[in-house]
Amino acid sequence: MKTVYVDNNATTRVDPEVLDEMLPYLSEYYGNPSSMHHFGGQVMEKIDQARERVARLIGAHPAEILFTSCGTESDSTAILGTLQSYPEKHHIVTTRVEHPAILTLCNHLMKQGYSITELPVNREGLLDLEQLRESITPYTAVVSVMWANNETGVIFPVEEIAEIVQEKGSVFHCDAVQAVGKIPVNMKENKIDLLSISGHKLHSPKGVGALYIRKGTRFRPFLVGGHQEHGRRGGTENVASIIGLGKACELAENSLIEENTRVKALRDRLEKGLLEKIPKTLLNGHPEHRLPNTTSLSFEYIEGEAILLLMSREGIAASSGSACTSGSLEPSHVLRAMGVPFTGAHGSIRFSLSRFNTDEDIDTILEKIPPIIHQLRELSPFWQRLSRSAQLK
Amino acid sequence: MWNYSEKLMDHFLHPRNAGEVENPDAVGEVGNITCGDALKLTLKIDEDERITDAKFQTFGCGSAIASSSVLTEMIKGKTLDEASGISNKDIADTLEGLPPEKMHCSVMGMEALEAAIRNYRGVEVPEEVMEGEIVCTCFGVTDQKIERVIRENNLFTVDDVTHFCKAGGGCGECKPEIAKILEGVLAESGQAIHAHEGPERPRRLTNIEKMRLVMETIEREIRPALNADGGDIELVDIDGDKVLVALRGTCSECVAANFTLKSVVETKLREFISDKLTVEEVTA
Repeated sequence: MKTVYVDNNATTRVDPEVLDEMLPYLSEYYGNPSSMHHFGGQVMEKIDQARERVARLIGAHPAEILFTSCGTESDSTAILGTLQSYPEKHHIVTTRVEHPAILTLCNHLMKQGYSITELPVNREGLLDLEQLRESITPYTAVVSVMWANNETGVIFPVEEIAEIVQEKGSVFHCDAVQAVGKIPVNMKENKIDLLSISGHKLHSPKGVGALYIRKGTRFRPFLVGGHQEHGRRGGTENVASIIGLGKACELAENSLIEENTRVKALRDRLEKGLLEKIPKTLLNGHPEHRLPNTTSLSFEYIEGEAILLLMSREGIAASSGSACTSGSLEPSHVLRAMGVPFTGAHGSIRFSLSRFNTDEDIDTILEKIPPIIHQLRELSPFWQRLSRSAQLK
Repeated sequence: MWNYSEKLMDHFLHPRNAGEVENPDAVGEVGNITCGDALKLTLKIDEDERITDAKFQTFGCGSAIASSSVLTEMIKGKTLDEASGISNKDIADTLEGLPPEKMHCSVMGMEALEAAIRNYRGVEVPEEVMEGEIVCTCFGVTDQKIERVIRENNLFTVDDVTHFCKAGGGCGECKPEIAKILEGVLAESGQAIHAHEGPERPRRLTNIEKMRLVMETIEREIRPALNADGGDIELVDIDGDKVLVALRGTCSECVAANFTLKSVVETKLREFISDKLTVEEVTA
């Protein structure tokens, strides 16, 4: 059975061109880029090329790009490095819908004595920028707000937020893990100080990320050791993956238009089709301020894990914000922060597409999912009660 | 992804007895939409109190649906008395095991069955009324339910309790309270184990308990008698089962002091606390 992969906000397929670019650096060119001989030096040249490619995708200078091991490391490096740079400041502003890479870190920092402001969002997942402005004090070391939400795809106006943060004299970190490669990101046109990137969200392998550090931003390394990355991160480079990330960024530059035309059209057809075919289905998140590839739908009165298990039987791979899929008992913190009613929060499914998805994929989903939802609703006591009371009316 | 057994997947993909029996003789409903799972069990029961038909409707994950499905198979043909002996562990075992985080699905099955039996027997417990005080406000779990899952499943940690009945799985603020309940039940079961060894023997005292009992006994039973003769007693230390005391006032000069020590102090302490205790005088 062919897999219909619509879980690209979780991870993406490595582009074959990316793999081709990487393979020689896993076999014949195994030199250490720090070495003084040509055999290692040629590897360093390739890393520099990757740095230029990443920089070009986001409109940065190559010296502003630091390679890391993942998005989480980029986030931790940004937050902890800034806190160390401003020891007199002890306040962090973030939002309730951030990725655990930020929220769990903030929770951890709170136990160490930092104070944290988690800004709420409205029913459509959007922030109140006045509230954000007021929450920044002279003691705020860093403001961390994601560019696009991984669960709903909702896009925050981070360029506007960067202006506010600069006005108030704090540092702005943006977790752009879901945004880079899907929507245009141009650091020349904004005032974001630190920006996190993850390789495996844009068709490069897992285990590599990057942190953009605007020239002039105070910084302390997170991993100390050797002089790699100009002394900003110790540790021998993950050479092949860094080269892969570089190639993936080059490809993303060309595919941005496709993401926002063809992929967006597929997403819209999928979303519209499911909303039309399946009654009592909610769209989570603002319909416009959204990534072109993501849709989060709540099928009311049923539970997400059961939906995913049945979808998986049909070869469809997606995600759920339901409690049961994570082993925790509460549904997704993002949906709860948005006030999605409990009738829908447990039955949310996220479809996230990529340029590898086809029209046939959408046909399969539109054919297979309605019977699955119907089958589970037939089992649900709440659905039965609802349809009975509807009949009485 | 969960490591579900083949039998569990079979019950999830092909649920047995889904739906509602017509004109049910008993209905058991547990859970709600906020919690993320709920089960409605409907039964047909004949004049011999035998379950002739059972159907379920479930809102929940794969293991919740499978637990409900297997439960209907387990109870069909059983009398109510036989069925009421089914525990959540029996449900989990019949499914060839549940992941630890999913044990609450089997508890939900057991509770729906109990609710249905109560409903049939006309026990006036409306489903919404829960016995005991609510400990976990996120999931509405009471102290009595927590105590029960601890006892029935021999639970030892707060995480276990969360996996079995969800308590503590939301904001987590009630975890210290769950720990307290857990300690209480474990201490109690410790007592129960000792009771099997010999009906009369009290459980072992902790040093703190022993010290408190010795002090109380001295105050209540011994000091008044000594005071009456112008004497007094002071507790100096307790070393295992050896109680070290100092005699004061007239007692300290009394020739019968050793007799007092053994016949009054030791006798009283043995009577009220433990027959292993010995009393020794220390001269301060």
